[in-house]
Amino acid sequence: MITLEHIYWLSGLMMAGVAIVNFRDRSNRRRINNAAFWGIYGITFLIGSRLPDAVNGFLVIAMVLVASIRGLGQGVDLTPAEEREASARRWGNKLFIPALTIPILTVAGTFAFKRFTVNGVALVDVKQVTVIALAIATLVALAVGMLLLRPALSAPIKEARRLLDAVGWAAVLPQMLAALGALFALAGVGNVVSGLAQRWIPLDTPLVVVTTYAVGMAVFTMIMGNAFAAFPVMTAGIGLPLIVQKFGGDPTIMAAIGMLSGFCGTLMTPMAANFNIVPTALLELPDENAVIKVQIPTALILLGANILLMNFLVFRR
Amino acid sequence: MVLPYVPVFSLIGVVVVVVGFVLRINPLLVVTVAGLATGVASGLGPLEVVGAFGKAFITSRYVAIVWLVLPVIGLLEHAGLKERARAVVSQLRAATVTRVLLVYFVIRQITAALGLTSLGGHAQMVRPLIAPMAEGAAENQYGKLPTATRNRIRANAAAVDNIALFFGEDIFIAIGSILLIRGFLDQNGIHVEPTQLAIWAIPTALCAFIIHCTRLLFLDRRLRREVSENAEAA
Repeated sequence: MITLEHIYWLSGLMMAGVAIVNFRDRSNRRRINNAAFWGIYGITFLIGSRLPDAVNGFLVIAMVLVASIRGLGQGVDLTPAEEREASARRWGNKLFIPALTIPILTVAGTFAFKRFTVNGVALVDVKQVTVIALAIATLVALAVGMLLLRPALSAPIKEARRLLDAVGWAAVLPQMLAALGALFALAGVGNVVSGLAQRWIPLDTPLVVVTTYAVGMAVFTMIMGNAFAAFPVMTAGIGLPLIVQKFGGDPTIMAAIGMLSGFCGTLMTPMAANFNIVPTALLELPDENAVIKVQIPTALILLGANILLMNFLVFRR
Repeated sequence: MVLPYVPVFSLIGVVVVVVGFVLRINPLLVVTVAGLATGVASGLGPLEVVGAFGKAFITSRYVAIVWLVLPVIGLLEHAGLKERARAVVSQLRAATVTRVLLVYFVIRQITAALGLTSLGGHAQMVRPLIAPMAEGAAENQYGKLPTATRNRIRANAAAVDNIALFFGEDIFIAIGSILLIRGFLDQNGIHVEPTQLAIWAIPTALCAFIIHCTRLLFLDRRLRREVSENAEAA
């Protein structure tokens, strides 16, 4: 059975390759730092599951120190724009085939792998089917791309290095924030926040309670970077005791719109790094808050709409 | 009135994050310090704190699987994928930034509502295809683009991917957030149907569509003004 662990090995090999290419690149003044950063990251993928927790912790701290104190650099890309223009004309729309293979095969794989069994055993771990389908789709797309373009065998890893160094340490930030969320949950941060809200806000009319719940979902999501972490806390602290039990609101409507109020918060926070910070790195934007700034007006108007919707719909019985 | 005791000290991590982001310290460092401080505040010993952080990092590795697309995307970019995406759109006379992004918004929201959330994404779709297409449309309209305008178009392309995804996916009954809501309410003795949760996500999805697409309608005008102001200044 293909599990997440196999996909981690693949990621680890890619990171190790990126580290090696970086180490040999004399155009990057900080090549040793880059090699160390991606090399350690590769180790956490390859053998992280078998290392003691504390060793993994020290590996992560070492990565963070390399990136923040020593700093990462970037090699020089020597391909001139005219060469890419010429290549684009030469290959034409065939270039889209491997690119579109990724999303199409990921979707197809997500459906197919759930049903595919060999001797009664699932071919892939069904709990992780989307992630595994994505990994397999990228491998197929890479094979298609290699057959089409016939570049040097080392080209994919060199290109991965170019893009990964363009993203830099931001590539690891979403995973770090997910880890932080787990530690917040362990320390009971959520209960403290809802305790503070109950203590300081006069929650005695339905509109105030609905507003507190929706805004609380958004703010809490901004702090945690994830609406999934905010939902249980706000719903247990304010939603269920006040909206449902005290004022007789409908729990289904409250929960559905409450979660979406949290998503408004996701649009406004650098803590949701994979949605808001990583794209600024990928798109080479100088302002790391550029995407958040575009999203804030939509998020605030939509949060207001959610409060009104919940207020009108949740008590309608 | 007796107020409940609140152990405010465990909020130390939140404080570190807010201060760190405001002071623009490297976010990796900020998050690490916040994590370690939270561990200490909840009473763990030094080695246990490092262990808890290491364990949390290792179990979150699935977040980074998306980087596996980089070798093939990089290969295609090297062969001119972005240039081709730009060229295709610039052949379409009717293409404007607003129209390109509106079409992507609709496709992304509808496919997400059908559970096809992996049809988009910043590394797979926005960087190699959607942003170059929007830029190609803008070059068609305005000629050479000032850097600020180009960056604004790119940021808008990323925002469309996020907003259409977030407010589409909750209409699909088997998505993570619906399963989480159902599981949590079940634990609290309230049984809800996933289909009901999905139905009540529709009003917000429609509002998101109306709000963001209205804003997109004004984007062309804003870009035109920005380009002409830039031309006057130069």
